[in-house]
Amino acid sequence: MHDPDAPDHDDAPSGLTRRNFLTRAGAAGIAGVAASIPLAAALAEGVPEATDAAPDIPGTVPIALRVNGATLRMRIDPRATLLDTLRESVHLTGTKKGCDHGQCGACTVHVNGERVNSCLRLALMHEGDDITTIEGIGSPDALHPMQAAFVAHDGYQCGYCTSGQIMSAVALMKEPCGPRDSDVKELMSGNICRCGAYPNIVAAIQDVRGNSPMRQG
Amino acid sequence: MKTALSTLEMRRATSVAEALEILRDEPRMPIAGATDVYVGLNFGTLPELRYLDIWALDELRTITVNEDVLVLGALATYTMMVASALVQERLPMMIEAARQVGGPQIQNRGTIGGNIANGSPAGDSLPVLAACDAVVVLQSAGAERRVKFTEFYTGYRKTVMRRDELVVAVEVPRVSGRQWFRKVGTRAAQAISKVVVAGVRGEGARIAVGSIAPTVIRLTATERALATGSLDEAMVALRGEVNPIDDIRSTADYRKRVTENLVRRFWTETA
Amino acid sequence: MTTAVGQSVSRKDGIGKATGATKYADDLHFPGMLFGRTIRSTIPCGRVKSIRMDFDTSGFTIVDYRDIPHRNVVALIDEDQPYLVETEVRHMAEAIVLLAHEDREKLLGANVVIEYEEAEPVFDPERSPHSFKDITIEKGDVEDALASAEIVVEGTYRTGHQEHVYIETNGVIAVPEHGGIALYGSLQCPFYAYKALRSVLGNDHPLRVIQTETGGGFGGKEEYPSMIAGHAALLAVKSGRPVKIIYDRVEDMVATTKRHPSIVRHRTGLTREGRLVAMDVDVILDGGAYSTLSAVVLSRGCIHAAGPYRCDNVKIFGRAMFTNTPPNGAFRGFGAPQTEFAMEVHMERIAEQLGMDSLTLREMNALRPGDMTATSQVLKQDASALECLQEAVRRTDYRRKREELKGTNRGIGLALFYHGAGFTGAGEQRLASKARLDLTATGARIMVASTEIGQGTRTMHAQIVSDALGVPYETIEVAQPDTSVVADSGPTVASRTCMVVGKILERCALEMKERLEGMTPAQYHAKHGAFSIVKEHIQPEWMRWDDDNYQGDAYATYAWGCDVAEVEIDRDTYEVRPVKVTAVQEFGRPIHPALAMGQIEGGTVQGLGYALLEHVVMKNGAMANPTLTNYTIPTTLDTPELDIVMLENHYDGGPFGAKGLGELPMDGPAPAVVNAIRHLGLDLRDIPAIPETLIACASL
Repeated sequence: MHDPDAPDHDDAPSGLTRRNFLTRAGAAGIAGVAASIPLAAALAEGVPEATDAAPDIPGTVPIALRVNGATLRMRIDPRATLLDTLRESVHLTGTKKGCDHGQCGACTVHVNGERVNSCLRLALMHEGDDITTIEGIGSPDALHPMQAAFVAHDGYQCGYCTSGQIMSAVALMKEPCGPRDSDVKELMSGNICRCGAYPNIVAAIQDVRGNSPMRQG
Repeated sequence: MKTALSTLEMRRATSVAEALEILRDEPRMPIAGATDVYVGLNFGTLPELRYLDIWALDELRTITVNEDVLVLGALATYTMMVASALVQERLPMMIEAARQVGGPQIQNRGTIGGNIANGSPAGDSLPVLAACDAVVVLQSAGAERRVKFTEFYTGYRKTVMRRDELVVAVEVPRVSGRQWFRKVGTRAAQAISKVVVAGVRGEGARIAVGSIAPTVIRLTATERALATGSLDEAMVALRGEVNPIDDIRSTADYRKRVTENLVRRFWTETA
Repeated sequence: MTTAVGQSVSRKDGIGKATGATKYADDLHFPGMLFGRTIRSTIPCGRVKSIRMDFDTSGFTIVDYRDIPHRNVVALIDEDQPYLVETEVRHMAEAIVLLAHEDREKLLGANVVIEYEEAEPVFDPERSPHSFKDITIEKGDVEDALASAEIVVEGTYRTGHQEHVYIETNGVIAVPEHGGIALYGSLQCPFYAYKALRSVLGNDHPLRVIQTETGGGFGGKEEYPSMIAGHAALLAVKSGRPVKIIYDRVEDMVATTKRHPSIVRHRTGLTREGRLVAMDVDVILDGGAYSTLSAVVLSRGCIHAAGPYRCDNVKIFGRAMFTNTPPNGAFRGFGAPQTEFAMEVHMERIAEQLGMDSLTLREMNALRPGDMTATSQVLKQDASALECLQEAVRRTDYRRKREELKGTNRGIGLALFYHGAGFTGAGEQRLASKARLDLTATGARIMVASTEIGQGTRTMHAQIVSDALGVPYETIEVAQPDTSVVADSGPTVASRTCMVVGKILERCALEMKERLEGMTPAQYHAKHGAFSIVKEHIQPEWMRWDDDNYQGDAYATYAWGCDVAEVEIDRDTYEVRPVKVTAVQEFGRPIHPALAMGQIEGGTVQGLGYALLEHVVMKNGAMANPTLTNYTIPTTLDTPELDIVMLENHYDGGPFGAKGLGELPMDGPAPAVVNAIRHLGLDLRDIPAIPETLIACASL
């Protein structure tokens, strides 16, 4: 008997016993920062200083990543995803993990200006690339127009998918996309919002694009 | 079993020639967009630990026409195909298929070569290639061979590829006749296929179906019946050559009936 | 005069969420933190024979039931669920052993070998020998009325599981502090988790629970966080170090609660003209392996089972059955979406059998002010079933479309529904929720345990206080819920956060305003310093509830709705696509129109997913499709045009006339969609209406 698309088939219900082969960079982050930081630091903004003094933890590999314009040198587990590396080694937690599967879009970041699911990327494959995260497009004091539009149109509820929605929306601005709401919806279909803020998200994007939102299909 | 940290090992190729030399010398899984590989990795179902990153091989990221053959470089992404005037002109059904693969983030990274090599029976572009008599171009160090797409798969996720070979392109001869494509997924977007039908109506009919067998299949008996007999006879032939299964996404009965309905629709709409 | 209430003011949480600055549980890190992992059962029923650690245990903290300092029971309603299996396994993915380590790779690599003695599981609720709870609601004499009814219509309706799929999975961090535990977590009900931790750890340790920003709940973070909080706390107590447990998506889908599947049977007696004379309803919910909240989910389900209709003779008998599956739990709507689905599809079938128009049938029987519900509650002026129905019909040109679309690939269907706001019966009285308002140097700070989970708690509470206190909205702060500092305003569930907690806050603000004697907060603060006002919920004095006989005023008030769904079918593939949904809903008054609209849109989208897409495949007692690839929820492309109408009919007991809204929108979409599919000619009585079900459906 055949078994279309086996990875998805085989894991269930053995999701209980499966082995996750991926480390999440945690033990091998930037020296002196990753091991333990207090809540205050965890809540602090900004990218930690890059350091060349990362210790040579066995099994880890050195990598230099360009994130939001800064080059960061660190050692990571070779299997670390870009998502985990951003969150745990670079300490940029605005990019979220929703499914580890490329289905929800919460982890969307830009690689050389193009949007990708960072949970499906190995960090190792992105040495030399320009990586942009939600923290890199705007800040509370200087919102990106798309961030401002999401706030103005209530294009979010719980906020967990919002970074990914906004990163997709910003990328969409440079992609070929027709003027209609349905065109926007097709190009936003890689980002799931369980709160169902979809109409407001479309309205926010259309606002930034200069199209009047129709609030319809 | 526990895997030591250092066992996932990645090499990055900077040219096709280098990639082929590496593959000649040591078994490695080539990865590019990594959109399928990573799902397998995340779920521990992929035993592979040595990889060859070929994403940087821009020489494979091409879409051209050569002597009336559309050549899709292995690293052509879905996004590239959707935007390509050549694909639009020659293989519009591929554009329909590409637009329905994952979300735009996946389309930006997923490649035609990856879809072919990964060989999921649910791969959305595969019925298109099967229906248009595409040819897969395989290279190894110092050699090249061409394999008919319809002879590329030997079983569930099994292909004729040797471990030292790389899919470098897929060639699509000019398709004469009307192209038709329909994906039945689990929702409107970002869906895994339950049935995919790609058809070409020229002199006769060429019909390929995905997600209903261990590999994408051509409905050869149905095609023959359509060429010579009536639609009803074709349906009898179809029932004889389509034997899908139940799984967590759909049922055998549904797949069978829907395949039948869609082939019927293909024939009616392309008349 | 209101200046904040009724306006779509800027949300308190917008900037943080739009910039990625907001911290959720997994974004926090504490010094010396370990990561926790749960070793779970791989059989649905049996006993643990042996447990063996097949790995190098150095550096690991290992916890089993023997490490529990106090009681091995998740304190909720009935005390039947253990934190950790002792010997008896009742369902797949039941927690048996807990591990913690600072290196997640080592943690994931640890192999725990468990031997079981398997027993025969029960998966079918109808064949289960054990009911967690039986409920009977009886009014008049149903058997007599059925016997004399001119027409009797019967039918059975089924609904499946539904998974919450909050995009942030369950996660907590237990941090040792002052000889006790501070528990940070993604949760709806900080005091539920607090009480649960007391039960597992005992009374010797200081404890507090802090809600971290929560990436969606929908009921899924009502009771389950008590479990994961207990696990993290046990590991933290044993290791003396902070322990973070974040479920991945598969674990969250396999192990945590879902909406209860249901089987509802109707036997309905009518006059030939279509007047309801007898309703006999049998409700079965699949509770799963432990009682959790099943008794109260059943209660709300049964109370809503007769729909928004008047009938003198009603009997509703409900049971929540044991099965060897992971416990089902709270999910937006809490039993009502299941029973109202059955009622509304049944109404359509009644109309078909009477050969009458289902609108007329509904109009004739809809509850009006002064009418009595199934529990003999007399409705007040704020009952709006007819208004919702009429507006929905007018707005969609329903009668004409129903005729026009006949025989095409488009169908249109409708559902009329209602939803009781707040806890059932005397529940709010028992809860006796408190709210506190602190005067600050610039305004006031709201100190309640009600959580922001995306629905707008902070913003809406601040609006209420702003207007009641007569100060600008911007000067109102909202404290992050921390059980050591905020008042216990009760759980953030049951559409009670605006209506019940908001009302207490309004009273706090009004008293604070009196105390200010015309001064601004700043002036008063400068002169006299800060002060706090604490108020407790006051149950409306007219409410009477008999919990033994399920009679009386089940809810202080109800919100009302009528949804119209237009769908399109592909007759070759049996795919049904929603084309447009019109939702006319009355919930008193919107405090924040944009937020209220968002609640209706979001609930409607979840309802559409429930109706058409969301299929939990169970195999051997566990979810067999626990990924977002294979359990499909609506994307933006699956979301049709939504036309939302908010009718107003003020409820005097709510703040500024508001009622509860959060759950109402979940009740209507599924029956409206299935009735639209019936209009297409398919005799569908179950959801999810996936193409595989529809292709096997009989034609009407």
